[in-house]
Amino acid sequence: MIGRVMPIDPVLAVIGERATQAQYDETFRELGLDRPLIVQFGIYVGNVLQGDFGTSIRTGQQVADDIKRVFPATLELATLGTLIGVFLGVPLGVVAAVRRGSWIDQVSRFVGLIGYSMPIFWLGLVGLLLFYGILAWVAGPGRVGIFYQGIVEPITGMLLVDSLLRGEWAVFKDAFSHIILPASLLGYYSLAYISRMTRSFMLEQLNSEYVTTARVKGLSESTVIWKHAFRNIRIQLITVIALAYANLLEGSVLTEIIFAWPGIGQYITTSLLANDMNSVLGGTIVIGTIFVCLNIFSDLLYRFFDPRSK
Amino acid sequence: MTATADKQSMREWLLAEEPTSRRQARAAAWYQGWLSFRSNTLAMVGLIILVFLILCAIFAPLLATNDPFAQDLAARLKPPGWEGHFFGTDSLGRDIYSRLLYGARISIYIVLLVAMVAPLLGLVIGTISGYMGGWVDVLLMRFTDIFLAFPRLILALAFVAALGAGIENAVLAISLTAWPPYARIARAETLTIRNSDYIHAIKLQGAGTARIITRHIWPLCISSLVIRVTLDMAGIILTAAGLGFLGLGAQPPSPEWGAMISEGRKYILDYWWVATIPGLAIFAISLAFNLLGDGLRDVLDPKEGGQ
Amino acid sequence: MTDASTNLLDIENLWVRFPTRNGIFDAVRGISFSLGRERLGIVGESGSGKSMTGRAILRLIRKPGFITADRMEMDGEDILNVPETRMRKLRGHKASMIMQDPKFSLNPVMTVGQQITEALRTHEKVSKAEARKRGLAMLDRVAIREPERVFDLYPHEVSGGMGQRIMIAMMLIPGPEILIADEPTSALDVSVQLQVLEIMDELVRERGMGLIFISHDLNLVSKFCDRIVIMYAGRIVEVCEAGKLHEATHPYTRGLLNSVPDLEHPRDRLEVLQRDPAWREAPSVSALL
Repeated sequence: MIGRVMPIDPVLAVIGERATQAQYDETFRELGLDRPLIVQFGIYVGNVLQGDFGTSIRTGQQVADDIKRVFPATLELATLGTLIGVFLGVPLGVVAAVRRGSWIDQVSRFVGLIGYSMPIFWLGLVGLLLFYGILAWVAGPGRVGIFYQGIVEPITGMLLVDSLLRGEWAVFKDAFSHIILPASLLGYYSLAYISRMTRSFMLEQLNSEYVTTARVKGLSESTVIWKHAFRNIRIQLITVIALAYANLLEGSVLTEIIFAWPGIGQYITTSLLANDMNSVLGGTIVIGTIFVCLNIFSDLLYRFFDPRSK
Repeated sequence: MTATADKQSMREWLLAEEPTSRRQARAAAWYQGWLSFRSNTLAMVGLIILVFLILCAIFAPLLATNDPFAQDLAARLKPPGWEGHFFGTDSLGRDIYSRLLYGARISIYIVLLVAMVAPLLGLVIGTISGYMGGWVDVLLMRFTDIFLAFPRLILALAFVAALGAGIENAVLAISLTAWPPYARIARAETLTIRNSDYIHAIKLQGAGTARIITRHIWPLCISSLVIRVTLDMAGIILTAAGLGFLGLGAQPPSPEWGAMISEGRKYILDYWWVATIPGLAIFAISLAFNLLGDGLRDVLDPKEGGQ
Repeated sequence: MTDASTNLLDIENLWVRFPTRNGIFDAVRGISFSLGRERLGIVGESGSGKSMTGRAILRLIRKPGFITADRMEMDGEDILNVPETRMRKLRGHKASMIMQDPKFSLNPVMTVGQQITEALRTHEKVSKAEARKRGLAMLDRVAIREPERVFDLYPHEVSGGMGQRIMIAMMLIPGPEILIADEPTSALDVSVQLQVLEIMDELVRERGMGLIFISHDLNLVSKFCDRIVIMYAGRIVEVCEAGKLHEATHPYTRGLLNSVPDLEHPRDRLEVLQRDPAWREAPSVSALL
């Protein structure tokens, strides 16, 4: 189906340049390319709805199976990145808002500026050069060292979790050493975003009347900030965090290439370069769906937690 | 002496409390904006970096020390400063400094194209949606929402996959993913303008829908779109560089900065400059756009400002 | 003149200033006043500095604004130079404030009960159950019919008038001696304004508190206060007994009085306030006791 809008001939991608015309025609029919475009599209959508993304030309396996295999790696990376972003970004944003104009506010502004201006793949390379190449604090590209590959029987597919569940400490340590750099990198980008948003939400709340009310009551500054003002931004923050998480799934495309991380981002790009359109489309649809689901989820949380929306 | 006197009176004319003509009032408003922009140090830094980079791009042939495409395999991977190569040479012995200069042309070319195509697309869709209302509005806005729902880089990847790699296709792909926010802004502006008296007056004079939209609504949407575009420029640069890095944007041997990083990636541990220096260039230009965008927003929209 | 030490508040030469791009802006310019166990009204137009005066008493001027004064005493205790920790103990416990609009001054994501008991438990060590009991009793005192139900509601679920009565309950539950009411009814429907004011007035009298009633409405203030201070451009231009308001001499006060329609003495055309730049520079009148 995509063959119609693609400059590359999908049939040739399957059978190679040297096939005979008869082989070509057969494959052409097999792929369903002889049917009208709209019918092909309908069939594809129908299959996708049943969880069938077709077969990958590159790996020769079902795209759905491929994605099931690579997705946990991305999930692991993005989750750790988001955790780093939330645990550092939220306090930084709150403090920056409370002490507006102080050095810590300047730091948060600087962190944001760098985060919005640096290409993630370049920062990844520089990080690799510095922490792996020069300082040797962390392990290099890849998900786990070659000695530890295949030791842990997958449960969730997330290596850190699995190795913990199986009690394989050495594997856990090695996997951690591999994941910490890419996760920190992604974490930095989500930290930049989360802290800026937290700061602007907090500033808005700190200027509202109920904060003055809380002060009139004689509450301590920390109670005013955390119990009153922060409580009012929790719901907005959930939306921001969900969005940051979704953005990391996207950001992982470039990061995974740099760190040779066997996740969905790498899967999509490698497939793209190999003209394996079923895989590209499948991967894109999965990420897009997760993106939309996260948005809907944060919307639902909003309704659930905000007393005003009931 | 007369020059300074002229300058003085010019300044007075611009800062007059009661402007005598509409032209003076408008010039005064611009001047006030410029004054407050100028007092914003960071924004000025951004402007200076940007002007510098644009000059570099324009005068690339004059400033370059070597042909950016000339290979010299004997002099490959030489460190910065080696025999007049400011930033060293890459894996094919090409002069990195000269390639950077020509690369600035590509980056600015991409940004300018996207900054024209995406807002225009958004403007057309947003104003039609806002002005027509009804089912047209519902349809176009749902369409916009679907685009907004997808992550940008992934969507651009899919478009480039469908269109084929290359600069023009990268521009198209980025534009196709970047227009929805502009459509939203244009629609919101249109909704506030649509029911104003002067639009009714023009309608009574018999102006058609197309004329009203293009001649009377578009001009009013432009200023808010311009701010938004300036804020988005850094994002456009980063996406374009990302596509180049993945090998989906500008094709070798083009000295596009993202592609240069991609080429230097293999050598990062031993020959750090090959990948690092183009990265610094990307950082500089997107930082400049970010600083400039923040400054413009502070001037034009004081309530969002930092002070 | 009573002995100064029995006054709840003594403020001398209070300034509230804000640094701006074009120099320092003075919101309050050297006013002096006292508050006994009385009801003091502060009247002025918007921008006259009356609200800033109210907030300055609690030292709640937002940065970069700051306060200077020769003397600020609350119940004989210096509050100008005490550390913030001590000031916090005084807020709520000694002096409290009711703000204009309950829609904004109540925390939207905490229940009414949480906010009331929090005020009590900040200043008194009481158990949760005890706090709840006293909170309910307080709600009852401000004429809320079903305290049990209202206790667990969120602010957006109550009406404006009820919100302001909740605010009164919350501010009075720690038993302060001074209540500052900053335009407490201007955001409310006319129909409930008087009811809210009467409840507030009753509680203030019953507890023998001092009240500072800040408003732009001279007639309303004269009904609920003993003494009235008229502010203009950050200064006090006139002080008079509420009962002798008609004897006020300052042209600004006369202007305020005459710009309000009077059913008993209807006029064809209401006066428009004519402002004299000289008022702005005239020295502040002292309202010390």
